[in-house]
Amino acid sequence: MATEFSFPDTAAVAEFETEKMSLSMGPSHPSTHGVLRLQFELDGEIVTKCDPVIGYLHRGDEKIAENMTYNQFVPYTDRLDYLAPLANNMAYAIAVEKLAKLEVPARCQAIRVLTAEMARISAHLLGLGAFGIDTGAWTVFMYSFTEREKLYKLFEELTGARFTTSYSRIGGLQRDVPEGWTGRVNAFCDQFLPILEEILGLLTRNKIFMDRTVGVGTISKADAIAYGLTGPNLRGSGVGLDLRKDKPYSGYEQYEFDIPVGTKGDSYDRYLVRGEEMRQSVRIIKQVIAKFPDGPWYATDARKIFAPSKDKILTSMEELIQNFMLVTEGPQMPPGEVYFEAENPKGALGFYVVSKGGGVPWRLKIRAPSFCNLSILPKLCVGSMVSDVVAILGSLDFVMGECDR
Amino acid sequence: MSATAAVTTALQEKFPQVTPRASLDHEAVNVPAGEVLAVLQFLRDDRAYDLLVDVTAIDWAEGVSPRFTVVYHLFSTTNHGYIRVAVNCPDDGAPAVPSASGLWAGANWHERETYDMFGIKFGGHPDLRRILMWDGYPHFPLRKDFPLAGIETPLPDAEVVAETGAKAIAAPMVGGPFVAAPGEINLTEAEPRAKDESWNEAREKPTQR
Repeated sequence: MATEFSFPDTAAVAEFETEKMSLSMGPSHPSTHGVLRLQFELDGEIVTKCDPVIGYLHRGDEKIAENMTYNQFVPYTDRLDYLAPLANNMAYAIAVEKLAKLEVPARCQAIRVLTAEMARISAHLLGLGAFGIDTGAWTVFMYSFTEREKLYKLFEELTGARFTTSYSRIGGLQRDVPEGWTGRVNAFCDQFLPILEEILGLLTRNKIFMDRTVGVGTISKADAIAYGLTGPNLRGSGVGLDLRKDKPYSGYEQYEFDIPVGTKGDSYDRYLVRGEEMRQSVRIIKQVIAKFPDGPWYATDARKIFAPSKDKILTSMEELIQNFMLVTEGPQMPPGEVYFEAENPKGALGFYVVSKGGGVPWRLKIRAPSFCNLSILPKLCVGSMVSDVVAILGSLDFVMGECDR
Repeated sequence: MSATAAVTTALQEKFPQVTPRASLDHEAVNVPAGEVLAVLQFLRDDRAYDLLVDVTAIDWAEGVSPRFTVVYHLFSTTNHGYIRVAVNCPDDGAPAVPSASGLWAGANWHERETYDMFGIKFGGHPDLRRILMWDGYPHFPLRKDFPLAGIETPLPDAEVVAETGAKAIAAPMVGGPFVAAPGEINLTEAEPRAKDESWNEAREKPTQR
C-alpha cells in the first residue's frame, strides 16, 4: 500500500454520525424461543430501541374459555406454558375449585405438588439447555434433555401423555398414581441430583458462560416489581417472593424448602436461581413421597363437578345421569369472581374467573407470567449489544404459547 | 380477614365514593373512573400493594350499562395479600379509563392488551397500540358481540393481499358455548348446535358490524 493507515483524529470522529439501522429479529429466529419478533433500532451494534412484537401465537384462549364448560377448558391450559402443563392444570383447577368452594383431599394435593415440582424441573431443564445454546454451550442441552426424557417417561406412565397431560381436573385428578410410580420418581431424583451438579458444573464457573452473562441484562429490584416480573426473574433481582411460601396453596406449607434469591439481578443470577430451584424441587418431591397420604384422590363430595368413574357410569343410573349433566351442561358454579395465582416455573400464572352461575365462565382471564416478564424488554435491551440480547432472552426463559395465549 | 377489611375502610375514609365489591376470595373495591389513579397510588404507596399483577376487563354484554368493567389486581410483596380494584367505564359506547402506566411500568402492556381485546381507551397511555392482534385490525375480539367463529378481515399487508388475495376468514364451525342450555324442553333449541355460527343457504354469513 502506498499510503499508510492512520486513525482519524477524535474531533473528526465526534462529528461522524452513523445512520441508525433497523433490524428485525424473529419471528422465527432460533434465539427468540418461539415466535417472538424484536424490532430493533441499532446504532452500530448497540441497541437504541427495542420493540417486541408479540401475538403470533395468539389463539384466543380466553374467548374459547367463555364458550365451553369449565371441564372442557382443562386441555387448553396444557397449551399455555407447554413446558409445564402439569403445573398449569393444577393452577386452573385450584382457581375453579376456589370458585366452587371445593376442598380437595390431602392425597390429591400431594400428587398435584409432586407433579408440579416435576414439571418445574422439566421446564427449568429446558430453559437451562436453551440458555446454554444461546450462550454457546451445546453440551448442557444434551444432558438436560436426557433428564427431561426420563421425566417424560414418568409423566407418560402417570397421565398417558408425555406433553399435554391434562392431569389435574376440577375437584381431583384424571387418575390415581400407578402402582410403584412414586418409587420410580424417587429413583429418578436420586440419580438426577449428581447429574444436575454435573450439568450446572458445565456452566457455573465456565469462563465463556460468565463472560456472556455476568452483568448482562441487569434488572434492578425496583424495575422488577414495577414491570410485574414474577418467578425466577423476580427472585434473581433480589425479591424473595415465592407464592409457594408466601401464599401457600395445595399444602405447600407442609414442606421444607428454601427460596433462592439473586443479588445483582443479571442474567447469571437468574441462571443460578433456576439451578438452585431444581435442587429445592427435588427436596420437595422427596418430602411429598416420604409422607404420601392415603385416602381418596378426588373430592368425593363434588358430585356435580367431578365426573364419576367409568365403571359406575356404566352400571348405575344415578352416576349415568350425573355424567350426562356434566357433559351437556357443565359443572354448575355459583356466581362470583375469584383470582388465583400459582407459582409456576416461569412465574405466577393467574386465573381470574368471573362466573354468572352455570357451567360456562362469563370471563376467564389468564395472567401469563411470560407476558409480564417480556414487557421489560424495551427497557432491558436498550444499551446492550445485539449478541447480549440473545443472552438476555435466554435468561428470561419465556414461552410464547403462554405469552400470546 | 380483619387486616384486609381495614384497607376498604381506610379507602372509604379517604375516598368516600369507593364501595366494597362482592368477591369470593380477596378484598375487592369498586372505584369511580375519576378516582382510580388516586386509589391505586394510595394502595401502592400507603398500603404496600406494590406489585400490579394484572389489568383486564369484563364485558357485561351489549345493552347492559355499565357495559365494561376494568379490573386491577394488586399484590403486596411484603404483606402477601391481594386486592381487586374494579372500575366501571362511564361511557358504554367509547369506554375509557385513565392509564396506570405512570404508576407501574408493567401496566403498559396489560393496558395495551385490554385495549386490543375490548377497545377500552386508557387516557394518558404512552403507546396505546394493539399488542396481540395486528395493527389496523378492526375488531375487539373479547367483546361479547364478537362471534366465536370470527369475522372475515383483510390481512394487514397490502402487498400480500394484492399478490395472493388471502384474507383472515372466519372459522365455519358450530358456535359456542359448547354446552346445552339448561332448563329447555325443546332439545333442538337447547343443544349446542342451536348456537351455530356457521353459514349455509338458510343462514347468512356474519358480516362486519
